[in-house]
Amino acid sequence: MIPQDAKLSEKVFTDAIEKTPTRDGLGMGTVEAGKANKNVVVLSADLGDSTRASWFQKEFPDRFVEVGVAEQNLATVAAGMAAVGKIPFIASYAAFSPGRNYEQIRTTIALNNVPVKVCGMHAGISVGPDGATHQMLEDIAMMRALPNMIVIVPADAEEGRKAVVASAKNGKPTYLRFGRDKVATFTTPETPFEIGKAYYLWKPEKPNVAIIAAGHLVYEALLAAKSLEGKGISVSVINSHTVKPLDEKTILEAVKDAGAVVTVEEHQVAGGFGSAVAEFLVQNHPVPMEFVGMHNAFGQSGEPQELLHYYGLDAIGIEKAVLKVLARKSK
Amino acid sequence: MSHLTDEQITALEEKARDVRETIIRMLVAAKSGHTAGPLGMADIFTAFYFHILNHDPKNPDWEERDRLILSNGHITPVRYSAMAHAGYFPIEECLTLRKLGSRLQGHPERDMLPGLETTSGPLGSGLSQAAGIAYAAKMDGEKWRTYCAVSDGEQQEGNTWEGVMFAGKNRLHNLTAIMDRNNIQIEGMTEDVMPLEPLADKYRAFNWHVIEIDGHNMTEIVSAVEEAKAIYEKPTMILAHTIPGKGVKEIEFDYHWHGNPPKADQEESFIAQIRESAKK
Repeated sequence: MIPQDAKLSEKVFTDAIEKTPTRDGLGMGTVEAGKANKNVVVLSADLGDSTRASWFQKEFPDRFVEVGVAEQNLATVAAGMAAVGKIPFIASYAAFSPGRNYEQIRTTIALNNVPVKVCGMHAGISVGPDGATHQMLEDIAMMRALPNMIVIVPADAEEGRKAVVASAKNGKPTYLRFGRDKVATFTTPETPFEIGKAYYLWKPEKPNVAIIAAGHLVYEALLAAKSLEGKGISVSVINSHTVKPLDEKTILEAVKDAGAVVTVEEHQVAGGFGSAVAEFLVQNHPVPMEFVGMHNAFGQSGEPQELLHYYGLDAIGIEKAVLKVLARKSK
Repeated sequence: MSHLTDEQITALEEKARDVRETIIRMLVAAKSGHTAGPLGMADIFTAFYFHILNHDPKNPDWEERDRLILSNGHITPVRYSAMAHAGYFPIEECLTLRKLGSRLQGHPERDMLPGLETTSGPLGSGLSQAAGIAYAAKMDGEKWRTYCAVSDGEQQEGNTWEGVMFAGKNRLHNLTAIMDRNNIQIEGMTEDVMPLEPLADKYRAFNWHVIEIDGHNMTEIVSAVEEAKAIYEKPTMILAHTIPGKGVKEIEFDYHWHGNPPKADQEESFIAQIRESAKK
């Protein structure tokens, strides 16, 4: 059942739930952050409409910087601006930023320790028909390996908005990950959000498995939990929107309660969010664990939901992982 | 019109010899590091720290200061030496270069030492950062200027030209870059490894103002910077023709000295040569 304090949408399990891409959160959040602080600027690499950077451009044309198709320049111009007091959000497809400009992000943003917000748009396989070249599935691994870098993966557009607004104030290099396809907006303005703080979306009395999820698939995890409840299987669901730093306290509590864990992400299993959870658990409270994510494969063209199903990343795939980990637990 | 008096020129040349001496001493102590580039850029960094820059070594975070960005971070010994002589930190600290716990990292880190504007080393990203700094200054109507020292070798990096395009597009007249055109890179001569010429025409084609100078002539260095200040609607690239290893004949023009330090038994003779040049 959904805890009261999560304050989720009343329409969460109905067909009437609103569906919006998380990238809308970038548009809404930067406009809101821009109104609050004149030092907020947005840099775009020729993809302003699809990244939603154009929403900020419309509101603050003088604080919008177009660098053209040049992601290395996107990162380094922003690093320069941040060095003299600006709070730059840089938006391009994650396949190109941080995909192409990793070294610039590493040296001029992370090591240089300036508060540039790297916004990886169109991340994950749910980019869909564009195919593997544009389906970025390694960005969390790249970004969370960097010292100084905060990594946030919002679950829906509303959470994306909050993540942008919060990161504008955190004074740190930050990676924010957004997707192209529509996902259910199941959180509300009242749902709590604090960088580094995970929270329960589903919390039964006696869970047998803890599902810990980040990003687009959090809603799928919630659907899986509800479905499993109907089958007499009790699981908890944690939204761990901040991948780095992990909310170790909440994760440890959930895993101790359940005794088994499934991590869920739209990203390679190698080095991703699940790996971050595993690194923590293996040192503190090892339990049977399964990873829902891409298992050492590139994607391909297809419709988003079709692809998520094909690669086992939807609610059905999550249920399978729960059954698998339960079987291991009972051995 | 000269922008310097004879006395100023003499004083700057003497200061450049001090800067070169400290470069030799710090590299010998470090037992690793780059020699040719720092010696070749000693006159330019001396001109900047002792004449051109509007700065305050005792208050390195002063908001109105001019920003000097070093893109090719490997020549940082020349910057450390000039900064130490200008009073940013004790000259003795130069001997900690590249050692554990030192603020003087092998490649410069902004977070470690006050007075550094960026972290650099990987080539080709300094000019873009300088352009970002100049862009932000222009946005806010700031009067201070942004300078960026770049190498010739890093003109082979794609990121360089992304930054060049950006600065040209935005008519960053508050940005002046100065290139160490010494014609060497690690593997040999730039024109053999990957030809760069015609550099001046390339920059002009990207809407930059270009000035070519002798990078060891104080008057030309200072005059070029003054000319750049008078150019509106365009950033300026000063192509400074330099002699790698300038001041030590064993090092001059020899690309093998790009990434190697002098040895202890060469220290005094190299410094004696540098001092000798005062008498010529």
